[in-house]
Amino acid sequence: MNFNATLIGQTISFAVFVWLCMKYIWPPLMAALDERNARISEGLAAAQRGQKELEEAQAKVGESITDAKQQAQEIINQAQKRANEIVDEAKEGAREEADRIKVAATADIDQQVNSAREHLRREVSVIALAGAEQILKREVDAKAHAAVLDELVAQI
Amino acid sequence: MAGSYESPSEYIKHHLTNLTYGQKADGSWGIAHNAEDIAEMGFWSINLDSMFFSIGLGLFFFWIFQRAAKKASVDAPTGLQNFIEMIIEFVDDSVRGSFTGKNPLVAPLALTIFVWIFLMNLMDLIPVDHIPWLASLMGVPYLKIVPSTDPNITFGLSLSVFLLILYYSIKMKGPGGFFAELAFHPFPKFMMPLNLVLEGVTLIAKPVSLALRLFGNLYAGEMIFILIALMYSGSWVLGISGGLLQVGWALFHVLIITLQAFIFMTLTIVYLDMASQADH
Repeated sequence: MNFNATLIGQTISFAVFVWLCMKYIWPPLMAALDERNARISEGLAAAQRGQKELEEAQAKVGESITDAKQQAQEIINQAQKRANEIVDEAKEGAREEADRIKVAATADIDQQVNSAREHLRREVSVIALAGAEQILKREVDAKAHAAVLDELVAQI
Repeated sequence: MAGSYESPSEYIKHHLTNLTYGQKADGSWGIAHNAEDIAEMGFWSINLDSMFFSIGLGLFFFWIFQRAAKKASVDAPTGLQNFIEMIIEFVDDSVRGSFTGKNPLVAPLALTIFVWIFLMNLMDLIPVDHIPWLASLMGVPYLKIVPSTDPNITFGLSLSVFLLILYYSIKMKGPGGFFAELAFHPFPKFMMPLNLVLEGVTLIAKPVSLALRLFGNLYAGEMIFILIALMYSGSWVLGISGGLLQVGWALFHVLIITLQAFIFMTLTIVYLDMASQADH
């Protein structure tokens, strides 16, 4: 082992290289690594947030769908109810109309029966008068016997 | 390739000699051409090969990491960028796990130690003869391409760490507190001399063990590669088994070079943490 000035040379170059490393290598690399670490943890946090938001949104969507289904069911129920009501109303209306028509028709029939009866009465009174004239062979004063004749007609 | 040497021991010696520049015995400055030259040069000489590969690998580390630092962004990294950020995070985790205080120096220091030592150790996996052979074609007599097999390099690193240990010990505990830590522990105050010896040895053992552990592991690894390379000059049976051995040892060595870089880094962090704790 020969010790010589190489020892001093190596010491000096060691100091120089450590200084260079301290100034130009370590700080920029560490800064980059730290920044990357920060960015990665940020990214992970963001991903987690996104995941949570997605879950929330999905829950909301499910809720909305349930709500919508419920509403649709309600609407359908209402519509059915309304339809039943309309059918009932229509039935009621039709029945009333039928009653009205029946009443009107009955009234009409009654009226026609009465008028026919009246007509018949007149005819009968005329025929009866003519018959009576024939029998009596003389004219009956229609005016004088009008009251009697009218009473007769009413009796027929 | 060992065939051009006179003997295996010559081959080994040649591979374990640094390319040294210094003042020769006759007063002129130049490159040493044999072991005697190196011995005469004394302390004020320099191992050109160790310094060249050490600084070159340091620059490679700086270049590649600085490029990654420039490209660093919050977007997902790809390829090399990804690999470098992985190393950065690994070192950062180690520092966070072992160093309790706050000190902007420790993490870059740990990163430099880890990557630089790893790269220096990695040179060990290059076959021992290739680069020295190319260099010899250019007239370079010796070349050791693994800087961490040079104790000057490992002690250079560990003594720097030791200076930091002393600096932070005195800064965080005060000179008195640091002295008290050395003198009044583990025995009561009246046994101060013994305490000083014990704690002093503990303190000195830190840089010495750091440097020698790295040097020893890599030197031994290099030595085994050299011994395996010697087998290629034998018969073809020996050569083939040498090839298999080299592959096996290289695979095992990948573990060692990474482990040694990691140990050096972790111990540096731990020592600095101990030095920085005021209430030890």
